[in-house]
Amino acid sequence: MSQILVRSVIGGVVVSAFAVLGDLFKPKSFAGLFGAAPSVALATLGLTIAIEGAAYAATEARSMMAGAIAFFAYASFVSWVLMRYNRRALWVTLCSIPVWLGTAFGLWYVWLK
Amino acid sequence: MRIQVDPSSLEQTRWYEYATRFLFGGIITATAGIIAGKWGPGIGGLFLAFPAILPASATLIEKHEKEKKEKLGLKGTRRGREAASIDAAGAAIGSIGLFIFALLLWQFGSGHRAWIVLLAATAAWAAVSVLCWYIRKRA
Repeated sequence: MSQILVRSVIGGVVVSAFAVLGDLFKPKSFAGLFGAAPSVALATLGLTIAIEGAAYAATEARSMMAGAIAFFAYASFVSWVLMRYNRRALWVTLCSIPVWLGTAFGLWYVWLK
Repeated sequence: MRIQVDPSSLEQTRWYEYATRFLFGGIITATAGIIAGKWGPGIGGLFLAFPAILPASATLIEKHEKEKKEKLGLKGTRRGREAASIDAAGAAIGSIGLFIFALLLWQFGSGHRAWIVLLAATAAWAAVSVLCWYIRKRA
């Protein structure tokens, strides 16, 4: 339980820090790079290596590659929908999460399983 | 367009918007850990690249751009969505750097000091992302 709490706090701090960095930069397309910062990985991998070992973290990193490809599909889809259709950003970003899930798990199944 | 640092944009963000990002980031990070614990590092690792920042940042950008236009007496709905779309396109470019980050951790995670590998992978993420952004801009 305490480990989950520690992860939450570190995760919150790292994600917020990258989000603030993104706020600082112009133009918007450059600031957007920070939306794909390795925030969750940085928040969690140090702890994972310390507790579970480097081999465990390396296995996570291998799967993270599939997650990153899924991120590309998700962000491209969100960008396209927002430009093409008259929908609010909150709903588009949340309703598009299945694109990330489908791509990530699909890649894991055919490539990494 | 040149890259600029604009601290005034921080003033537009309200305390509860920072709190939302902190909460969302914390929940996603904890969930990634729980998933890895329950289903193993193969599945848990996927969530290290979960879009934790994008939904909140796109929503805030849309809101701030809309407010800017409304202050000028204009309807900023379309402008707000376009700005959010451009932000998401930037994130798509950044995900190429995220892939390289993961690749480096996978290849060099074992056998080297953890903090050095994490630092080098983060630097590689930044370098690859910026390089891809420049290539995209010049294309």
